[in-house]
Amino acid sequence: MSDYSNKISDVVNNVPPSAIRRFFDLANEMKGNVISLSIGEPDFVTPWSIREAGINSLREGYTHYSPNSGYIEARQAISNYISRRYGVTYSPKNEILITVGGSEGLDLVARALINPGDEVIIVEPCFVAYKATVMFAHGVPVVVSTKEENDYKLLPEELEAAITDKTKYLILGYPSNPTGAIMTHDELAKIRDVLVRHPEIIVISDELYCELNYLSDKPASLIQFPELRDRVIMINGFSKSYAMTGWRIGYSVGPAPIIAAMTKIHQYCIMSSPSMAQFAIIDAAENGDSCIEEMRNEYNHRRRVLLKGLADAGLKCFTPYGAFYAFPSIEGLGLRSDEFCERFLLEKKVAIVPGNAFGECGEGHVRISYAASIDDIKEAVVRMKDFVDSLKKG
Amino acid sequence: MIDHIELLRLIENDAKLSNEDIAVRLGVSEDEVVKEIKYLQDEKIILGYTTNINWEKQLPEHCIGMIEVRITPTKGKGYDQVANIISQYDKVSACYLMSGGFDLMVIYEDKSLRDIANFVNQKIATQEGVLSTTTHFILKKYKANGIMFDMPDADDRQAVIL
Repeated sequence: MSDYSNKISDVVNNVPPSAIRRFFDLANEMKGNVISLSIGEPDFVTPWSIREAGINSLREGYTHYSPNSGYIEARQAISNYISRRYGVTYSPKNEILITVGGSEGLDLVARALINPGDEVIIVEPCFVAYKATVMFAHGVPVVVSTKEENDYKLLPEELEAAITDKTKYLILGYPSNPTGAIMTHDELAKIRDVLVRHPEIIVISDELYCELNYLSDKPASLIQFPELRDRVIMINGFSKSYAMTGWRIGYSVGPAPIIAAMTKIHQYCIMSSPSMAQFAIIDAAENGDSCIEEMRNEYNHRRRVLLKGLADAGLKCFTPYGAFYAFPSIEGLGLRSDEFCERFLLEKKVAIVPGNAFGECGEGHVRISYAASIDDIKEAVVRMKDFVDSLKKG
Repeated sequence: MIDHIELLRLIENDAKLSNEDIAVRLGVSEDEVVKEIKYLQDEKIILGYTTNINWEKQLPEHCIGMIEVRITPTKGKGYDQVANIISQYDKVSACYLMSGGFDLMVIYEDKSLRDIANFVNQKIATQEGVLSTTTHFILKKYKANGIMFDMPDADDRQAVIL
């Protein structure tokens, strides 16, 4: 059986492979000689107190399955965290599900909500998993392209225009990967106003980067609007805020019936999230606020260094106030974004990611991560200036 | 407006940052940085700029003693007079008044155990008001001034991931 083309399901075949797979391989092959500003994960190691909590759970023999939705102590710690940081209350009993990273939440939501043919509004440029999870669940992605001149925020009229009678849910990811855009409470309120006119639409708010907001020390979120309480699901996790990517632990919160449906899928395909990681997040959620603060401060310094360097290199970049990415424009330099990144990698040994990986409207831009040391960022922008100068001459 | 604590934390970790570097990181002008650092120096909040050195690697003969000192307070001056006399020695790198079973903790750095023993015998024990001393020697440093010794700093992240 050597021909697998008719063995793989149509739905999987129809999801295009990641446009930058080849680029990934190239960058990984060159690792060691390359400055990588391409990485979507913190360079910090998980704070020691959190790591130790995980280790202690192993010492004490907590090596078994947890309850499907997670240990109640971990759900309680998450509930306390949300109440402290967002000012809203979710019951640890039936409104919180602990998942394998935030990504599992995206998949569960899609499978729990979508009937074949349902439309899902996706706001691009965005995290690459949004579209794929919807397609795997037989949904139809409907793309709204945000614009640089609007600082990549979703405008209420753009949302309104994308809504049809088939719209099942909207998925929003702010602070944004890849643009670093944020939406403030007032801007979200305008989105709420549109949603209030469409009471049948569910909202998924992906807030993995919620703690990395450089204009406000508290997250702004659609879960803070009581009018939407019965139809907002927040996907969140510990990966970005607490530098815990490898622990694979996240959570979803929302109305009990939707959480129950997601838990049903979770219990059949995952069983329960890793127990050790759940013990670690109890410590993170209870004692980690100061770690978040320190990391955010450090990222903010790097953000300013990167933006200054990009300006010196002659690249136009809207000011990002969230996550750890900048999304400068490379228009007018005569290269598509994937060509730009490939040549920059080969000629200057710096890895960044082409903007079109995050949706067609990301073309003409590149994503630069500042989850890297200041020295690396400074060296990378010097090489960027050389590269841009050579393109302008050539 | 510069947040003094943010500025101090920054240069506490890296005293070699240029004023321009500091200005970019804090999102302020270089002039402001110069002005605020001068203010912090004038107020003696910034006392100096030092370098963290792993002397054990550079000098095979390097020894640190931590000396507990019990003293009788001097009339009118409490512990300050003895503490001040001991602190004046260049090789005393730190001197603290402590709560608990003794009064002063003196950190003393020299070439050998014998040098430290001599210092304790000749300069501390003979001091008027000193009742007794207990000397501990550092065998190995794991962490000092917030820096872990012998920690690998390799980055094991994948070069690109979603």
